[in-house]
Amino acid sequence: MLLIACPYCGPRPELEFSHGGEAHIARPEAPADVGADDWGAYLYLRANARGLHAERWRHTHGCARFFNALRDTTTDKFLATYECGQPRPHLGEPS
Amino acid sequence: MAELSPALETARLILRGRPAELDAAEVALGFALPREACRSAGVSGRHALWLGPDEWLLLAPAAVADALTAMLEAATAQAPHALVDVSQRQIGLTLSGSDVEETLAAGCPLDLDLKAFPVGMCTRTVLAKAEIVLWRTDEATFHIEVWRSFSAYVRGILEVAGATVS
Ligand SMILES: [Zn+2]
Repeated sequence: MLLIACPYCGPRPELEFSHGGEAHIARPEAPADVGADDWGAYLYLRANARGLHAERWRHTHGCARFFNALRDTTTDKFLATYECGQPRPHLGEPS
Repeated sequence: MAELSPALETARLILRGRPAELDAAEVALGFALPREACRSAGVSGRHALWLGPDEWLLLAPAAVADALTAMLEAATAQAPHALVDVSQRQIGLTLSGSDVEETLAAGCPLDLDLKAFPVGMCTRTVLAKAEIVLWRTDEATFHIEVWRSFSAYVRGILEVAGATVS
């Protein structure tokens, strides 16, 4: 079982968490002004990254808070977890 | 074998709000809300369990429930908050005995060693397929809060686990 470091509770077993999809997807400020293609991209287009991926998680059966995580999709290794609203950390990327 | 018994009838309130705006609630409670993750605080039968960075479970003797609720409502009237009575939503169980950690470990994935889960620590977690709040009140005693409809299931799991580890 994976241990996931909740930013509020610390390392906890994977069973307590639920995955919430890709992180840092901003909802358009004025949806009425967005065309169908852009709206469709906002709703459905995702990076589906091979490697580093910023994604939302929720510590459902713990503090119940959402947070973001940086995970390598090829190894399942978590490089960082951070509170919602914080920028994506630059870790493990070629500089 | 760890002994499982129903906890005393208890008033339960969920308090949510920004910690910085809950000073008045602490005056009404008579003690400071725990700000450290997964820790509890309390005096004379009233307890606050940290469940999240802006969420606490308040436990108090049933007899003082109405008075405590009224005091908290009055004290927090000016602060954005939520105060919800969940007394009937869940029940309390007490599990105690020398093999209490092993019994819980049958269904709970947390490290329950005293070093990792000391006296006073509390958290939501899972026990097999049910969500519970687990609170260590003594070296060999845990208080468990479980939603009413899951309680028969949780008791069953703990009874079977208790008989197996002993
Ligand atoms: Zn958490």
